[in-house]
Amino acid sequence: MSAFFAQMRRDVRLAWRAGGIGVALGFFAAVAVLTPLGVGPDPALLVRIGGGVLWLAAMLAALLSLDTLFHADFEDGSLDLIALSSLPLELAALAKIAAHWLCTGLPLAVLALPAAAMFAFPLPAALMLAATLLIGTAAISALGACGAALTLSLRRGALLLPVIVLPLLAPAAIFGSAAVLAALDGVGSGAFLLLSAFSLVALAMSPFAAAAAIRVHLAE
Amino acid sequence: MMTATLTASNLTCVRGGRRLFENLCFSVVGGGIMALTGPNGAGKTSLLRMLAGLLPPAAGDVRIAADGIVAEDAEDRAHLVGWLGCETALKPQLTLREQLGFFAGLYCACGAEQALERFDLTKTADLPARMLSAGQKRRASLARLMLMGRPVWLLDEPLVSLDEEGRGLTRRAIEAHCREGGLAVVAGHDPLELPCRHLHLEGA
Repeated sequence: MSAFFAQMRRDVRLAWRAGGIGVALGFFAAVAVLTPLGVGPDPALLVRIGGGVLWLAAMLAALLSLDTLFHADFEDGSLDLIALSSLPLELAALAKIAAHWLCTGLPLAVLALPAAAMFAFPLPAALMLAATLLIGTAAISALGACGAALTLSLRRGALLLPVIVLPLLAPAAIFGSAAVLAALDGVGSGAFLLLSAFSLVALAMSPFAAAAAIRVHLAE
Repeated sequence: MMTATLTASNLTCVRGGRRLFENLCFSVVGGGIMALTGPNGAGKTSLLRMLAGLLPPAAGDVRIAADGIVAEDAEDRAHLVGWLGCETALKPQLTLREQLGFFAGLYCACGAEQALERFDLTKTADLPARMLSAGQKRRASLARLMLMGRPVWLLDEPLVSLDEEGRGLTRRAIEAHCREGGLAVVAGHDPLELPCRHLHLEGA
């Protein structure tokens, strides 16, 4: 257990020192500010598209820092040492997913509250948006880790990664923005529960898939 | 420290369609050192990776016995191997103390401070690793290796970029490790200057 937290703490510390958090937040904030400027100041329109736009912005922002998740450790030999340690590779992958979520998903969900104001969201819908991002970004980090592990030894892996991961994230985008729309209309919806289920399944399966992909790359 | 034995039988290595070596058989018992030599591209690093279980051999198998328990598959072997690769595995943004603390946690080991002291790194322990010279990073890798407390040391070019003092420290660390029943397989071009057996890979 202490090995798991050692891995997580080190990855959070690295993300903090390398400044990856600021890049993701800056990207998300830029989309939140520029979209209303581009679309025009029509509150009725902004409120309808807000959920979808911010969800898409969060997905792309979280993907920005994913390519280094395993790649940096692969390049400098750290991944060999992690693979030989007493922490199973599956748990190491889960620790990395958790660290990535702490450094991108969590701050993005918090930033979603002021971002929602740019789209004239009422408070309940803004809170729902933050809640869907809080839950849904776990799926982004988890499935993103699979993509990062698959593209580990590719030179242009950073470019291939979104192409692999974004289609897998379609359910999260659909359920996430549907839950926000339902909250805007004040009707009940199962979308939030479906999103939570999707995140749980992604979290449960991704560490195994990522670890298997890493083993293949280490054996090359 | 436990006494270990490393046995390789009929190991064959194929890289990129080329057969680098085949039917390689050897064993190293606790207290023994084997120096692995050969020209660039002869398969020294590949052999070390096979012994560690990171690279599956094209044919043959590797066993490590420690305290009467025989570890045959790669996953069990991984827990007995102390690895020193040719890359430093140090992050430029983090300090040495942070990184050794991380690896101590990862390997469920303790004694990061003593390891830093042993390789004369306490003065630089709180600097980000990007400020360190290649030799200092090498010393840090060796300190990390000691910290892991594994019985089978697999070292890839351990003496590279070290000064005379650093080389002495490394030789003494390997000697001490072997005195305690551990074993070491050392690949490299620099003479080890320790009593050891030699394995020369010719290359394809």
